[in-house]
Parts: sequence; C-alpha cells; structure tokens
Amino acid sequence: MDKNPSLNLLDRPNSYIGRSLSREGAKRAVAGRGRYTDDISLPRMLHAAFVRSPYAHAKILAVNVDEARQQPEVALIMTGKELREMCTGPWIGTLTSFEGMKSAPQYPMAVERACWQGEPVVMIVASTRAVAEDAAELVVIDYEELPVTADKETALDAESSVIHPELGDNLAFRKTIDCGDVEKAVAEADVVIEETFEFGRHTAVSLETRALLADYEPTDGHLTIYTSSQVPHMIQAVFARTLGVAEHKVRIIAPDIGGSFGLKIHTYGDEVATTAASIKLGRPVKFIADRLESFLTDIHARENRVWGRIAVSKEGEIKSLEIDVLSAAGAYSQFPRTSVFEANQILNITGGPYKHKHYRAKAEVVYLNKVPTSQYRAVGHPIGNSVGEALVDRAAEACGIDALEIRRLNVMEDDQYPRISAAGINMQDMSHQQCLEQLAKNMNYNALRLEQDKFRKEGIQRGIGIAAFIKGTAPGPAGYYGTGGAPIASQDACTIKLEPSGGVICLVGVTDQGQGVDTVMGQIAASAMGIPIESVRVIEGDTDAVPYGGGTYASRATAIGGEATYQAALLLRSEILSIAGALLQAEANTLDIVNGNVVNKADETFRISLSEIGRIGHFQVAELPNHIQPTLSATYRFRLQDALYIFTNGIQGAYVEVDTDTGFIKLLNHWVVEDCGRVISPQLADEQVRGGCVQGIGGALYEECVYNETAQLQNGTLADYLTPMAGEMPDINVYHIETPTSLSELGAKGVGESGTGAAPAALMNAVNDALRPFNSYVTDQPMTPETILQALGKV
Amino acid sequence: MSEENCEITLTVNGEILTKIVKVRQHLVDFLRLELGLTGSHLGCEHGICGACSVRVDGSVVRGCLMLAVQADGTDVMTIEGLTETGEISDLQKHFVDRNALQCGFCTPGMLMTLAELLRKSKPSSRAEIREHISGNYCRCTGYHAIVDAVETTINDRLGDN
Ligand code: FES
Ligand code: FES
Repeated sequence: MDKNPSLNLLDRPNSYIGRSLSREGAKRAVAGRGRYTDDISLPRMLHAAFVRSPYAHAKILAVNVDEARQQPEVALIMTGKELREMCTGPWIGTLTSFEGMKSAPQYPMAVERACWQGEPVVMIVASTRAVAEDAAELVVIDYEELPVTADKETALDAESSVIHPELGDNLAFRKTIDCGDVEKAVAEADVVIEETFEFGRHTAVSLETRALLADYEPTDGHLTIYTSSQVPHMIQAVFARTLGVAEHKVRIIAPDIGGSFGLKIHTYGDEVATTAASIKLGRPVKFIADRLESFLTDIHARENRVWGRIAVSKEGEIKSLEIDVLSAAGAYSQFPRTSVFEANQILNITGGPYKHKHYRAKAEVVYLNKVPTSQYRAVGHPIGNSVGEALVDRAAEACGIDALEIRRLNVMEDDQYPRISAAGINMQDMSHQQCLEQLAKNMNYNALRLEQDKFRKEGIQRGIGIAAFIKGTAPGPAGYYGTGGAPIASQDACTIKLEPSGGVICLVGVTDQGQGVDTVMGQIAASAMGIPIESVRVIEGDTDAVPYGGGTYASRATAIGGEATYQAALLLRSEILSIAGALLQAEANTLDIVNGNVVNKADETFRISLSEIGRIGHFQVAELPNHIQPTLSATYRFRLQDALYIFTNGIQGAYVEVDTDTGFIKLLNHWVVEDCGRVISPQLADEQVRGGCVQGIGGALYEECVYNETAQLQNGTLADYLTPMAGEMPDINVYHIETPTSLSELGAKGVGESGTGAAPAALMNAVNDALRPFNSYVTDQPMTPETILQALGKV
Repeated sequence: MSEENCEITLTVNGEILTKIVKVRQHLVDFLRLELGLTGSHLGCEHGICGACSVRVDGSVVRGCLMLAVQADGTDVMTIEGLTETGEISDLQKHFVDRNALQCGFCTPGMLMTLAELLRKSKPSSRAEIREHISGNYCRCTGYHAIVDAVETTINDRLGDN
C-alpha cells in the first residue's frame, strides 16, 4: 500500500512546494559578489559610445568623423550607413497577428534621418568609455531639422507631418471590439457616466541600465554575447538574423541582471551596433548605457488617453462598458514585439472582472517623434484597470452604493467558469468573490470606513480605493508572437539530468532576474523527483546550455517553465525507478523516491540511493540488463494549447490621505489579495506582488517622461524623473487565494505583474474617494500635487 | 605626473595601495576598473540612486560624486571589505532570509547605508528605517522586505545586548 495514497508529489510532507527557501543568488548579491554584465572584462576589450540625435526629427546631411578618427586609442567609428551595410535588412516592427498594422523599416542606427531625440547616429569604439566619449565630441553632424509630431492628439490631423511618408499617415494600428448591443444597454440604463483619462509616458528605470558585451571569434565565426536580457533565445535569433551570423553559432549568456521589468525583452539598435563592432574588429566590445541614454532609448510605455462610458441599473448592475483609446507609440514600432500591445491589452482587460455582456472598445495607436514604446511590466493593465475601476466607482457613487458592494454585485461568480468575458476572452479557474471577501476582511473594511468618517469630521481627507482586476499571464501559442511571425517561443523547456554523484542538474529556458525563478524551478524539480533541494542545481541564461525557450516575460516563468520542469522531473524519476526495478528485481511501481533514495512505496524502507543509480547508470552499466540503456536525462517542452493567456485575478485596496492645501498624497496602507494559482514559494510570490505594487504606485503618483512641443525630453535624469523611494511607500499587505489553473498539472499562474497592474487603479480610486466631499475628480496619472490642486480648482 | 594623471595612496578594504589614476576618474570607476571591486554599482552617476555608496573614512559617501584623487590618504571600505569584517553579517543573513533583494543591484549600496544606521545601536521605527534609506533607490522590492530585514536585525542586536 502507498503510505500516502491520496497525496500527489506536490503535496507530500517532504515537498518543497509552498515553502519559502532562500535564493542562492541573493547570498552572492549581499556579499557584493553578483556578476552583472558590466562586471565582466575580457582580454583586449573595447568600449562603445554613441553620438545620438539631438533632434526629434532631422535629416542627416553630412557626418564628419575625421577628427574623431585621429584620436589615439580609437579603434572604430561607424555611421548608421556603414552599419546598414552589415545588416541583412531593416527591421519592421509588425506582427501579422495585428491585422492591418504598419511600421516603417528601421535600421539599428539612423541612416538618412533621425526620428527621435536619442536615436543613435554614430558609434565610436575605443579603449575606454571615456576615450570613446571624448572622440564622440569631435564628430560633426550636419542636420536639417524636420517638422516634429509630438502630440498624440493631433498626430492624425491632416496638418501634422507624417513621420514616415511611405505609411501614408501616422497611424500604426486600429482595432475595435464590439460585443452585444452597447447602444441599447446605454439607452435602457438608469445611470450613464462617461469620463476621459490621461496616462503619462513612463519608462522602466531598472537600476542596472542596459548592458551588452559582444565577443566575436573571427577564426571560427562564433559569437558570444553577454547581455542583461530576459530572453536569450530571442536575442540570439534577432541578432544573428540581423547581422547575418548563423544562429547556432551565437551564444547568449545572461549573467546576473539588475532589474528588467520588460525593458529587457527588447532589441536595441545600439546593442546591435556594438555586436557589429565586435564582428568587424574581432575583439570584445562592451556597451553600458548611461542613465541619460536609458531615458532616451529604453522603451517607453503607458502614454494613453482613454475615454470611457459605463451604463448601470439603479441597483448598481453594470450593463455595458465602452472605451476609446488613443495610444502614443514612438517613431517606430519596436521590433520584434511591436508597440501596439499596450492598446491591445487595454481592450482585452478593461472591465475584465465583471459580468456585463455589452462591451465596445476601440483603439488607435499613433506614431510620434519619441522613443519607441513597447512592453513594460503589466502591459496595458494599469491603464485598463484604472479606467474600468474609476468608472465603476463613479457608478457606485451615482447609485448610492458602496464601492465594495458594487463589485460584490458585479464580479464573475467563482462557480461559473469557464466563461467568455465581454471582451471575448475565455476565463477559467478564477476567484473574484473569494478575493473580494478576503480583502474586506484583511482591510477591516467596515471599520476603515468608520475611521475615514471620523477623520473627515476633523477636516482630514482620507480615501479608500478598491480595484478588482484580471491579469493576462503566460501567453499561449495561439496568441501573438510566434503566430505573428516573431522568433519568440511561447513554449518553454527543461532538460533534467542525473549526475553520477546523484546530483541533479536542471537546465531551463526561462530566466531569472532576481525573482527567484531558479529557486522555484529547483523546488519544483526536487519535489517531483523526491530529492533534497541541496541535490539540485538549476542553470539558466545560457543558450549553449539550456533547451530552447522563450525566457522570462509576461509572468510566464513559473506557469510555463515550471510545468516543463515538473514534467521533465517526472520523466527522469520514472526512468530512475525502472532502472532501480531492474537492479532490485522489483516492479518499478512498487518503488518510490524519498529524500534522494529509492524506497519501497509501501513502507519507505531504503532500497538504493540515487548516487548508486547514478554510479551504475554512468560507469557500471554492465550491471544492468542489456535492454536497459540509461539516458538519465529527460527533456520536456510545455506549451499552452488553446488558451490566449492563463488569466489570474485579484483585488487591491488603498488607503490614502490627501492634503487639500498642498495636493500631497500620503499612502497609509495598501492591500492585495490575488490568485496566482498554486503558490510555489510564498515569500517570493509576496515580494513579486509588493515590488510590483510599488512600481504601479510610481506610475500613478510620480513617473512621467515629460516632452516639450518639439519632442525634447525634459527630465532625463533620476533627479527629475521621480521614482518611489522608501520614505513615501507604505507597507503592503499581501494575501493569496490559490485556485490552480486547470491548464497545467502544476497549477501555477503568473504573479510578477499583478501588483503593477492594479495598484494605480486602487490608488486613483482612493484619492478620488478622499476628494469626494469637494465634488472633485482626478482623471490624470501621474497624480501630482498639481493635478490634485487643479481638480480642487485651487490652481 | 601629467595634468591628466595623479598618484594616490589610500587604504582600500584594509590594504594600503599606491596607484596612478586619471584625475577625472570617479571613485567607483577606480574601484571597479582598477581594483576589480565590482560590488559597488553605478545606477545614475549623478548622486541620486545610492547604488555606488561606499564608506570613506568611516562615513558613507556616493562613490560616483567623489573623484579617485580625492580619496588620496583616505580609508575606503566597499561591500567586499565590509563583508569580510563580518560587521553586518547578521543584516546580510536577514536580507537573504527575508528576500530583501531581488536583482541585488541596489543591495551593496543599501547595505553600506544601513551599516551606518546599525552602528547607532538604537531602536528604529519602520518610518525611521525608511527615512534612512530614502536616498537608496530600489526598483525591485518596493522596500517593505528591506525594512523587515533591518527591523529584525536591530531587534536581534538590541535583544542580544
Ligand atoms: S551611481 Fe552614485 S548615486 Fe547613483
Ligand atoms: S533589488 Fe533590484 S534594485 Fe533593489
């Protein structure tokens, strides 16, 4: 008899699932022994610096590099035109999955025209970065300034200059969703509310900037690139194809990464240029973006204007929702992931928690002479959630219903899945009702309302904001990238091996940027195998070592990579048991692995250790019958089948105090209840949520890339672009409801972006709740003190 | 010495060194590029983020705002040296246990800054801890776990005394 017949491998007493283990990488980092890209030096290494366009739009009339070339220790100067000669062709940042979208051809450095301030024009490669920068100052470029398109509101007007004349206009993409009969719902509703919202342009501001070290070996044509990237295989494919190197000869190593947040799932022209320089010189070349370069060239995100309209019955039942999105891209659609996902996700998720049947949504994405935009943590969600949840709050107010109550009335029921949302998306395994009740409990909601009243009587304006949310995680193959023609894997893989010592090595295609992906994969593998965690080593971030995978983006690592690891470990486990069975002359199914030893399933008596299996399987195969040829390794690739994403859900609460004289917002408390399915490591999941929330709060309160009318960035330093610092941030209370996804055996969903996706919505609702006595509403993010005072009519 | 170079003698992590440095090189570039002490990081190079924090003559400074030549005659301690002394081994352990870091890029600077707080050996509220690290930018953690780790360390130390 099985000792624990009812327990599967994940639930057994010695399972590591659901336990918080510390991360090995953390131990190195606290000792100052992290190894980030800039910490790596190679013999004869050179450094690249770039001359960048000072104009948002200008024709390049002449480039004079004569004096720069004369400088000592300058190894190479390359113009955009020269780099073009090394490229197999231009990038075009479209995906066929976005019907009708268009983008202009783009080379890694500007060739005849610069289309945004900061676009690289000339590369200097020298002995040190300082020498390269000195030489860069001596490059003389004649520009002819061209008309600038800086404002999304007028980008499609006939008078606006068309950035890429061959496209006909500045429109990148247009999409509409029309479900049910919105007009009828609006006509029949008791309350109809509409509002327009503005969202500022953000950027990721990872503390480690973009970094790349390319090392081309001219004798055999091998190219090794160390880079701060979340997606090594995509970088391999894109760089190889762009520069005409055979993909299988390109090795991408992602060492320790100092923050990524989606910023580092993209390809950047200056990084391709650096690689081209290494190919040309046969020497290693390093490029580390400085902070100003980061602001001017890292992808931007979030700049959107959204009009929304909600129709409800007087009892508070949501009848319909409508949105109209104007989304600002940059000068090109970012290759290969495009610049239209943000708008597309806003359409997918706005109003996503609710049962209404009528939904109409329209988005237009327009090109501007600004930094290209693309995916940044929680793509589209902060916007869609802010709009949807603000409208729900306004509807509640109009109906005289409490903010929590209107959500209780309208969220999808926990026992009514699978179902299709009004946006046409398949929803399953969700828990809005449970999350809502848990949030009410964690916030002590009723008492908090009383406290708010008490303060209000004293003239202190506190507000409570609630935001329910859905979050698309772990995109499936039926989604956008691969289907749309990009070399980006939506599946992921694990190869797992038993070593002669009994140690187990796990090679995974997903990557770690400090979230603890490697730790989580180790926990999964050890649990599935029945071995101590100390026996497992996880290797990621090296395309020469790991099986092909998509890497880490869109909260996919645990959901997709975790299932691959789980299944691979089960395959290896079963091979080990059959070898043990042959050696012990026992039926494999009467054996089990516990604590690294093969035991009798019935009573857990020791039979043979894994190190003995490893020794025999590698060195003493003669002890095995001839029909057994041990592989002692297994590879499993996992992909979703039909699902677009694994959707998760949750709800956030914010408690703030607004100073109506100064417009300052004080964050008093913040709560999150979310459902990421099976939680592998509670502490790591919590910290993803907390860090994510603070990033969302940053966008809601402080962060904005400010441009003037000629599309010159006004705040390209950390002193001017404000980010959340410890003093202003609240503690964040996190709770998980666990509804395993039915799309995998492991049951894990993504967790990395849920905090970011809904924190701005909760915060905006809290601020507006505080301003309610004044009949004032804030509709713009970031909600700066000035925005608050404007809403109050004080400035 | 030319206008561009200058000889300096200083102590780094307990070791006395004499080096010729470029006068325009800042302290962290010197530590990283000339000495291979890559534990000090650069996040902004204009004194905002705190990733470059090192201890000079007993006080925490922004290594990106100080030139290497200004460190002539000083005693410099980096995260590597501080780790070896064991001065904050308890804090480092609590950072790891509590997962008070994700990417770890801010961590050396954060720890250098916190070592100063711990030296005061007095109780600190969460708000005071937050205030103390308000010049150290962390994009990953949201700070909560850092505050927890520091609070535990302070409480342990006070409890032990
Ligand atoms: S690098 Fe010195 S403060 Fe940012
Ligand atoms: S842990 Fe990444 S910046 Fe702090």
